[in-house]
Amino acid sequence: MSESVRPAATEWSDDEVMLRDMVKRFAAKEVAPLVSKMDKEGKMDGSMLKQLFEAGFMGVEVEDKYGGGEMSFTQTCIVVEELSKVDASVSLVVDIHNTLNNRVVERWGTDSQKSKWLSQMATTSLSSFCLSEASSGSDAFALKTTAKQQGDHYVLNGSKMWISNAAEADVFILFATVDESLRHKGITAFILDAKQPGVHVGKKEDKLGIRASSTCEVRFDDVKVAKDAVLGSPGEGYRIAIQALNEGRIGAEAGMFLSMRDSQLLCSSFFSFSDQASDSLCLHGEQFGKPISEFQGLQFQVAEVCAELEAAKVLVYNAARLKDSGAPFVKEAAIAKLISSKTSEKVASKCVEWMGGVGFTTDYAVEKYFRDSKIGQIYEGTTNIHLQTIWKLIEKEYA
Amino acid sequence: MSLSRVLVGVKRVVDYAVKIRVKPDGSGVDKTNVKMSMNPFCEIAVEESVRLKERGLAQEVVAMTIGPSQNMDTIRTALAMGADRGIHVVCDQDLEPLAVSKVFQAVVQKETPQAVILGKQAIDDDCNQTGQMLAGLLDWPQGTFLSKLEVENDALKVTREVDGGLETLNLSIPAVLTCDLRLNEPRYASLPNIMKAKRKPVESIPVADLGVDIKSHLDVLRIEETPKRQGGGKVESVAELVDKLKNEAGVI
Ligand SMILES: Cc1cc2nc3c(=O)[nH]c(=O)nc-3n(C[C@H](O)[C@H](O)[C@H](O)COP(=O)(O)OP(=O)(O)OC[C@H]3O[C@@H](n4cnc5c(N)ncnc54)[C@H](O)[C@@H]3O)c2cc1C
Repeated sequence: MSESVRPAATEWSDDEVMLRDMVKRFAAKEVAPLVSKMDKEGKMDGSMLKQLFEAGFMGVEVEDKYGGGEMSFTQTCIVVEELSKVDASVSLVVDIHNTLNNRVVERWGTDSQKSKWLSQMATTSLSSFCLSEASSGSDAFALKTTAKQQGDHYVLNGSKMWISNAAEADVFILFATVDESLRHKGITAFILDAKQPGVHVGKKEDKLGIRASSTCEVRFDDVKVAKDAVLGSPGEGYRIAIQALNEGRIGAEAGMFLSMRDSQLLCSSFFSFSDQASDSLCLHGEQFGKPISEFQGLQFQVAEVCAELEAAKVLVYNAARLKDSGAPFVKEAAIAKLISSKTSEKVASKCVEWMGGVGFTTDYAVEKYFRDSKIGQIYEGTTNIHLQTIWKLIEKEYA
Repeated sequence: MSLSRVLVGVKRVVDYAVKIRVKPDGSGVDKTNVKMSMNPFCEIAVEESVRLKERGLAQEVVAMTIGPSQNMDTIRTALAMGADRGIHVVCDQDLEPLAVSKVFQAVVQKETPQAVILGKQAIDDDCNQTGQMLAGLLDWPQGTFLSKLEVENDALKVTREVDGGLETLNLSIPAVLTCDLRLNEPRYASLPNIMKAKRKPVESIPVADLGVDIKSHLDVLRIEETPKRQGGGKVESVAELVDKLKNEAGVI
């Protein structure tokens, strides 16, 4: 290839192809059989986490010396995407752990923090990202959880809301303020053992979608941590969280925009009515004396949705590759999240419609995709917050 | 006893999940832009070899493939699963089983493994001949269609899936083994192992350098699509079924 010809965002290297194939297989064989059970029970299967660690999905980018795969951010997105095509809850576990928590420790941890925490996070210990609180969601930096320094340790007090994977986590990354009057400049990041005295994980929220992923309140009552639990310096937590979220949202989108198969599979679910599946599906697949796939009104809808999915995919992987090459990516990532989370919901909704009545039943996967897809516009920053981010960057460009 | 070296064959074939399309002129299967993967029976062979090594029953696992440059992916997969090094016999022409066996024979003479482990067949042409021919050429004992492999004293104890049930044989080494479906469940290459595979050595050997006669002795006359299955029908009663078998199908 000539020097001036650069590969496109969605052209995959040999490594990426091999990784994708492997994750695809894993998802089909190990995850798919559990999806409906986990959704109904609202619980992650006990063996699932262990398998995710064994496959190396929990330390995709972590350095080899800590037991990780030392791969790229784009490769993390590939893992998340392939898992999300089968189950958005499983992909969320992998997404948060890799794109937020591992990255925070890798970027801000000292060598001794890394060998203590990162080596377990890459191989055995699930982590949660504890930022949001009851009254600080979109305005995350109005948080009220406090960290009071007492001699050579800190005492943590407060309550976090909506913490994904908290029920199963072994490690928490926690954001607390050392001095509320400093506003965002008081925010400090801590890393701690999720099972230590004073940490109380509340009951799981009963949710519309991603039901197998636990979302809990976590209370901290006089939790004592040593000074070396601080990641970065005191007061640096704001930067740490912002940076993590700027990157994390790309991963969230690799997850969300396809929390229902990719375009090809989607279309095949549409086209399959006429030539396979059960009798009842075949019945629905023909109307007015011909297969519904012959109606142009439907053909155009499928074409449009495929086009939008492709656009979302390009946005996500373009942002991921910008990040990997060290180029600015914040606006592109926010745009990717904005567009793909909306696309995700639209596609899932359309699939339900195309299947007619059966699409509305729990017998077919699209009903679950539809429920799962909604979260994309809420977590790791709502749609409005992304519009705000994009606007601020536009404003700066034209100032 | 521990086998000093195991040579395992890995073939690159059209992925099992791909819907096969025959070229319009009937000259073969259309492979342009089709996803290719390691033959599933070869995966079983790699898995078994790696397990031997993990149990201390083999010291080195060498994966070998024959084919064009793209076969490097197949070797990489074997290395990521745990093979120690690779041999890529570079060859751009399709080989029939006898030629494949001869290429293996040449590499065996060079590498002197104590066992060659292959899939029982490849899912593309389903020949099921290479292992048997190779054993014949080498004049080694062979154990085909394995569902179990044990190493006992100085011999290989193999359980074979035969028509009437299971047959157990003791083979002296060196030997040629071919794997059936139930021998094991191949692992996923973990992410760290995918990365480590990049650092493992792979030797490329142009097929011409082996001095093997790979001339084809078979002519493919025509490849055809299997006939499309016709939809079935439902019957209300046994009487109706019998009637249809008699009068419509004419089979009773
Ligand atoms: C399933 C799930 C998992 C989660 N996992 C985690 C986790 O692991 N860790 C974590 O820390 N948090 C997590 N969260 C929290 C999540 O990030 C927040 O819910 C999100 O940031 C929104 O905050 P909020 O719920 O307080 O809503 P609010 O901020 O109150 O938003 C309500 C509405 O107001 C809009 N809005 C708010 N401010 C503005 C504004 N300035 N301009 C225009 N519109 C505005 C929003 O767009 C939204 O539509 C999770 C949430 C859910 C539902």
